Amino acid sequence: MTALDEVQIRGVAKRYGHERALAGVTLELTAGSMCALLGHNGAGKTTLLGIVSTLVRPNTGTVAYRAKGKAVTGADVRREIGMLAHASLCYGELSARENLALIAGLYDVDGSPPAIEGALDRVGLDKKARDRAARTYSRGMLQRLALARALLTRPSLLLLDEPFTGLDRGGALALGAELGTLRDAGAIVVVVTHDLEAIAGRTDHVAILRRGQLVFEERGSYSYEQLKDVYHRHAN
Amino acid sequence: MELLRHAARVAWKDLRIELRSREIVYTMVFFGALLVVIYSFAFPNDARAIRGSVPGMLWVSLAFTGTIGLGRAFDRERENDTMRALLLAPVPRLAVFLGKAFATTVLVLTVAVVCTPLLALFLQAPLFAYPVPLILVVILGAVGIAVIGSVFAATLLKVRSRDVLLPVILYPLLVPLFVAGTSCTAALVAEIPNFDAAWYWIQFLGIYDAAFLVLSIWVFESLVIE
Repeated sequence: MTALDEVQIRGVAKRYGHERALAGVTLELTAGSMCALLGHNGAGKTTLLGIVSTLVRPNTGTVAYRAKGKAVTGADVRREIGMLAHASLCYGELSARENLALIAGLYDVDGSPPAIEGALDRVGLDKKARDRAARTYSRGMLQRLALARALLTRPSLLLLDEPFTGLDRGGALALGAELGTLRDAGAIVVVVTHDLEAIAGRTDHVAILRRGQLVFEERGSYSYEQLKDVYHRHAN
Repeated sequence: MELLRHAARVAWKDLRIELRSREIVYTMVFFGALLVVIYSFAFPNDARAIRGSVPGMLWVSLAFTGTIGLGRAFDRERENDTMRALLLAPVPRLAVFLGKAFATTVLVLTVAVVCTPLLALFLQAPLFAYPVPLILVVILGAVGIAVIGSVFAATLLKVRSRDVLLPVILYPLLVPLFVAGTSCTAALVAEIPNFDAAWYWIQFLGIYDAAFLVLSIWVFESLVIE
């Protein structure tokens, strides 16, 4: 496993039929940073995450992944990606433990009971629920399981699409803190969210998309008020 | 070996979920059995006519139930966008395809295991006069339905009208498979069985499956990535 230390997005454009989702987005993501990808619904954030995750093919442009200066491609890139999407990406008929064991097997990472318990403890999933089918979980529990799934493989590129959805205030703030810890450990964290409070003070890179175009990008620490201000000035 | 190990993992995951819910297999088996009952009422109870029509009944049952199974097996991957999780995993995407196709083959064969004796029982059809070539042709048919069906079911995963589109796209491609399957079965249940013809159609089906397996392996990844 080679941790990614750079992702270069160059002139990426994507159309769905006549609908333009992204128009020539160029963005650089570096290790040990947390990029807040902001914008209104339909701005192209999820499409951009899809492209960076290798699951959506851009019409034009490229995404280059680098580890220690060398290009990384294919399965080696996917091994380094942890994704939290709108959906949980977990099987409803399987329990939390079984879902994580499946992922551990596919990623060839430690899927032993202690490792799985550790991952579930880390996201605070109720111990009593861990052997229950995931389809019986509440939205918040599913979100915790999805996060455990994304973190289990120790990814160096974390792509999170509305990770705070379904979490209570405490859970959202704890997740924000966890993401900060991962960033400090050297991961590249990209967060798509409308919950500016949860990422305030933790994000050090803000990118705002509007109708598929990157209209604002700046590095630096942002307070809640500052995030709100740049969002309202550029996203509208 | 890595590829097969991961494919087995994906297949086992599907079968494990199915063993737990039994949702797809019950639906397929019930529908298959229902078709057999309808055939037994709808067709004349005449030994000669039955010999002529039972191959078609068997393969139509497999086609219809196979489509139900395929649709539902891939719908399951849509529910929590789990197909995305499989495609994101650092395993060859071919392993995902092979795993799904294998699990679907098992489901189609399960239906065949129920429907074939039911057809023999309800219609007094001599389907088990020569069981070995019949089993062989049914296995090859199930593999063909699963391989070709898995490619299109995965491709149509995000299409709203996939339930309608899947059989419309799939059946024309499966016509050679049905021709081979019914012809082989007909050769086996005829009053004077024609083993040369049966063997010819088994070979045809083997080549057909191999050709579509290669083609599916080639196009699967490009079809499932948006």
